[in-house]
Amino acid sequence: MGFPHDHDLEIGTILSRHFGDPKARELDTWLTYGGYEGLKQAVEMDPGEITTIVKDSGLRGRGGAGFPTGLKWSFMPQEKSGPHYLCCNADESEPGAFKDREILRWVPHLLIEGCLIAARAIRAEHAYIYVRGEYFPFTSILNDAVVEAYEAGYIGRDILGSGWDCDLTVHIGAGAYIAGEETGLMSSLTGGRAEPKIKPPFPAQSGVFGKPTTVNNVETLAAVPMILINGADWYRQWGTEKSPGTKLWCCSGHLVRPGNYELELGVPLKDVIYDVCGGAPDGKKIKAVIPGGSSTAMLTADELDVPSTYEGLQEAGSSLGTASPIVLNEDTNIVRAMRRIADFYAHESCGQCVQCREGTSWVAKILKRIEDGDGRLSDLDTLYDLCEQLTGRTICVLADSVVFPLRSSLDKFRDEYEALIGGRA
Amino acid sequence: MSPKIEISLNGSTVEADASATVLEVALEHDLFVPHLCHHPDLEPAGVCRLCLVEVDGRMVTACNTPVTAGAKIRTDTPTVQQTRLGAVELLLVNHHGGTIDCEEGEACDLNRIARFVGADEARLGRYRPPDRTLPVDGSNPFFTFDPGLCVLCGICVRTCDEIVGVAAIDFVKRGFDTTIGSAPGKQWIDSDCVSCGECVERCPTGSLSFTGFETPEYEVTTTCTYCGCGCGIHLGVSGDRIVSARGQRENPSNEGRLCVKGRFGFTFVNSPERLTTPLIRRNGALEEATWDEALDLVAARFSAARGDAFAAIASAKLTNEENYLIQKFSRAVMGTNNVDHCARLCHSPSVAGLVQSFGSGAMTSSSKDLGDARCIFAIGTNTTAAHPIIGLQIMRSIRAGGRLIVANPREIELARHADLFIQHRAGSDVALLMGMMRVIVEEGLHDPEFIESRCENFEAFQESLAEYDDATVEEKTGVPFAKIAEAARMYAENSPAAILYAMGITQHTHGTDNVLATSNLAMLTGNVGVPSGGVNPLRGQSNVQGACDMGALPNVYPGYQKVELPEVRAKFEQAWGADLDDAPGLTHLEILRGVTAGPIRAIYLVGENPALSEADATHAREAMEKVDFLVVQDIFLTESAEYADVVLPAASFAEKDGTFTNTERRVQRVRKVIPPVGESRSDAWITCEIARRMGASGFEFESAEAVMEEIASLTPSYGGITHDRIDQVGLQWPCPDPSHPGTRYLHAETFPRPGGRGRFVPLEYRPPDEEPDAEYPLVLTTERSLYHYHTATMTRRVPGLETLRSEELVEIHPRDAVELQIASGDRVRVTSRRGEVEAHALVTEASPPGTISMTFHFHESPTNVLTNAAWDPVAKIPETKVCAVRVERA
Repeated sequence: MGFPHDHDLEIGTILSRHFGDPKARELDTWLTYGGYEGLKQAVEMDPGEITTIVKDSGLRGRGGAGFPTGLKWSFMPQEKSGPHYLCCNADESEPGAFKDREILRWVPHLLIEGCLIAARAIRAEHAYIYVRGEYFPFTSILNDAVVEAYEAGYIGRDILGSGWDCDLTVHIGAGAYIAGEETGLMSSLTGGRAEPKIKPPFPAQSGVFGKPTTVNNVETLAAVPMILINGADWYRQWGTEKSPGTKLWCCSGHLVRPGNYELELGVPLKDVIYDVCGGAPDGKKIKAVIPGGSSTAMLTADELDVPSTYEGLQEAGSSLGTASPIVLNEDTNIVRAMRRIADFYAHESCGQCVQCREGTSWVAKILKRIEDGDGRLSDLDTLYDLCEQLTGRTICVLADSVVFPLRSSLDKFRDEYEALIGGRA
Repeated sequence: MSPKIEISLNGSTVEADASATVLEVALEHDLFVPHLCHHPDLEPAGVCRLCLVEVDGRMVTACNTPVTAGAKIRTDTPTVQQTRLGAVELLLVNHHGGTIDCEEGEACDLNRIARFVGADEARLGRYRPPDRTLPVDGSNPFFTFDPGLCVLCGICVRTCDEIVGVAAIDFVKRGFDTTIGSAPGKQWIDSDCVSCGECVERCPTGSLSFTGFETPEYEVTTTCTYCGCGCGIHLGVSGDRIVSARGQRENPSNEGRLCVKGRFGFTFVNSPERLTTPLIRRNGALEEATWDEALDLVAARFSAARGDAFAAIASAKLTNEENYLIQKFSRAVMGTNNVDHCARLCHSPSVAGLVQSFGSGAMTSSSKDLGDARCIFAIGTNTTAAHPIIGLQIMRSIRAGGRLIVANPREIELARHADLFIQHRAGSDVALLMGMMRVIVEEGLHDPEFIESRCENFEAFQESLAEYDDATVEEKTGVPFAKIAEAARMYAENSPAAILYAMGITQHTHGTDNVLATSNLAMLTGNVGVPSGGVNPLRGQSNVQGACDMGALPNVYPGYQKVELPEVRAKFEQAWGADLDDAPGLTHLEILRGVTAGPIRAIYLVGENPALSEADATHAREAMEKVDFLVVQDIFLTESAEYADVVLPAASFAEKDGTFTNTERRVQRVRKVIPPVGESRSDAWITCEIARRMGASGFEFESAEAVMEEIASLTPSYGGITHDRIDQVGLQWPCPDPSHPGTRYLHAETFPRPGGRGRFVPLEYRPPDEEPDAEYPLVLTTERSLYHYHTATMTRRVPGLETLRSEELVEIHPRDAVELQIASGDRVRVTSRRGEVEAHALVTEASPPGTISMTFHFHESPTNVLTNAAWDPVAKIPETKVCAVRVERA
């Protein structure tokens, strides 16, 4: 958790200011903190104006892909021919990521307000918050806030006397990683299996119940109220041209101070690891960092001096992802760590696409036999071949997710694989 | 036709349909792109990832990527080839026993694709696959599922969802453990599967395969003998047996699709229980006889019963030609109009009612067009059970965003697909429909222009709406009026809207009024004379429409030409060379009553089984017992044949030529698929032979085709029908001349009534004849099972169908069950004023409180012993849908 470890790099302005303050969950207190001021502005605004401000702020999707939020909203039909829907993706399941959880548990009203502003911007009459089933305790916090907001007239009929109606429903998932993929989420939300669907049609054309839909991450939506209140330029005081604003970091693994921190985008990754989180405990060296959640390419300790922006980490051959670095110290068995990651993706593959269903499972099996001392050098070739098979050939990116860490671990830690194989051809 | 565009396909410029996908264009140009999950009937899923190609340098799935002008498509780059090979290898390792060639051979698409991409078995070893044996699911009587051969393309899953609308199966588990089923640990048979076999038909690898079918020597195209959907089928023959069935894709009635009966229900034809020789009752017992003995006896006895002592009951299971011959025999040889058939018991109110309002008593729309309706109002029809292929059109309509209103006293399967489900009290249809119409008029949702220009008698009708106020309608129907008003708006605001109905509307003492109410509703909203709209009585039997068309009715000659009209009678007298009776004859129930209290002494009963199908069946049995001379002509020794003096073994539908007219008025060929079993003969041959032995002329036909020529010459609506013209697909009547293309939907310009206008009929609500009281506190309504047909003479001789449903079940609501201390599986006795029947109970909320339901398929529990024979005054149909009963533990 971020709040016990204040650091001068931490921002704490937009998302995390009230983390750790149980009173912030209650509407009365929340209003004294300036809650729902953004919504008051939004109901007086034209949907297009809201979208323009968010577009100008440069806010990018915080679910991992970093797609510009305002642009995504602008894909929604400008003229309504039926219902529009907003889905808030709170199915936070990426190993290493626990930022949305903190928003749900400490500042539920911030998220609700963000959902409503976004719903207004995309002309939606119903917003859904899809929360992963494992977040059950936090869902009840969110539900309490939703009830309060309904009773106070922030959700429902004639919001704040504006004549605008919008409902909000919290939906609890049943425990599938793939429900965090936007089309999988919509399928699950409407009663199907969480299975990603081919595009086109894109959600903005045909999403929930076949109607135009936008799916946004929790952290993205939580940033919206302050942007609306303070303006795009205010938000751009942090970060870089291409990656403006602040970001919640979830730092885990071999760290002195693992936890959740709101930092300006662009802070060097090494400062996050060493300054904010105190580096590895017990004086150990760091062997590798998986910077953006388990689906991103591993960086060695020598590669950490990169700016923590979407573009910076991309240049370094990895990805900012959800900004959830997993730190592995010098004692870590990379093959075992990689096998553990592969197991996760193999288990969570929905089973539709051939390469993903079969391939992720073979990656896990081959890694397991290498780990168990039954590997062959030719297995490494097969793993590289599978990296090809699993890249860019499936409906969603779950298969790609295993390739990023796998390929980087093979490239950068081949000696560890070979040591376990021991020269068997 | 969408416009043409030019694209580049592997370097050559080709023309393509602008609406086509890359895969469609490639296949059209004989460029094979491997694919496993694509099926032309289904929406693209893009899950097999074998059809990845490069379009403008980007890898995309060909199956869902539309072509765009100037697109550069490459299906042959190294990346594309390597992608295919990689995916195929991954499939082979885990899903094919690790081999390139599985035992399915050419039937397996993966075998062909593996060869096409050059898969090398030696390369599979690098994965070091463990042995993997997955248990085969053989729980369904008609097909098996072998997960070892399954490539998880999902075609079965999507077929069940997108086409059948059942969604019984899905992917189960995930990742490597993914399989197909209903739920982990459950077998196929435990699911909602309706055993239609549509998934098996589309399976690309043989993972799903038919169990009972054999590879046929050849196939013959014919028409299904079960319900009125009238599906085209290809029956496979080996020796003189039917060994397979599949749907005829080019037939618009079913477009290749079949239900469980239409695919698997034909083994009865080769049943050892078929009648193979004539039987004559001697000393109280039926004994085998020669055709000469039997026919001479019949001819002699019939000769002695000419005139009104004779009655024929024809059959909706016979061909048009045979029904024509039977009514001609009755009228021209026997000198009586006493000829009727089972349409009396099912859709006589449709004919009576629709003729009154529209001038023609048949389904106005085409089956296929129903799928394009914006609203379907299904009242008194359990479509997915009784007319499964038309049920698929309902699924198609709702999948395209159409609204569905279901009104039924029982919570039938369709209810879960409905936007609005109205569970009204059995027999309250007039109140429900008139209440809806009052809302439509009050809220101005009616179509004044249509009413003004196309209809008559609107003012009188409008006045009659006044008495259907909210409270009255609510009281009669038991449904909150707000819901009825919502249904009215939904129906009126979504055009074209089609009304579908079946026995739930007709089998009432006010069945004709019910029908008139539906036609009033359709006219009120201008939903007549348009495709995908109208009033659509779903006819129950394969040729019930045709049997009516052919005049197997006591009041009309073929083509509904009235017997009492002198000019009509003169025409037939001249054609048939006989003096004809000018008075309408007796109806079905009147014929049987005529034995005990009337002139009937001889009955010629063809292909019917009143012992089970007639309301108040005990009376029917008594009549058959008592009548002087009963001839039963059938394919099995039915419960009714037990009473016969002479039993004549008939050929089944698969052993003769002719035509059936299905519910959408489509006249289609029935073909001889195998030779008649044993000494059985076609009904046409038998009737002509009796006539000949009675010295009559006009029965010397060389073929069924020749009979159709005579029909066409005397029946205006069939004037253009010849066997030749309907060789491949049928024609829909009216088809008055040989150049007429047939009629897709009725009443486009005018109504075939004097003056050409549709007539509104004011209606008064009348309750059912028998209502529950202290002694008989429950209502019994009758229904159908998907797995059986009518009195189940055929379907209970199909072992798999008998597996799926083997006995009568008394469906009762939990509230009533608790009160009566009955649990599912308990033996119960159901008693009405007319008799008692025993069966097992099924406690289900599908039956509303106060109402139980039973089928009438099972001779062990003959439901019609209970039902009420009180009839509709116009159509004389008995009220099979409502009677009062008492239930107790047996």
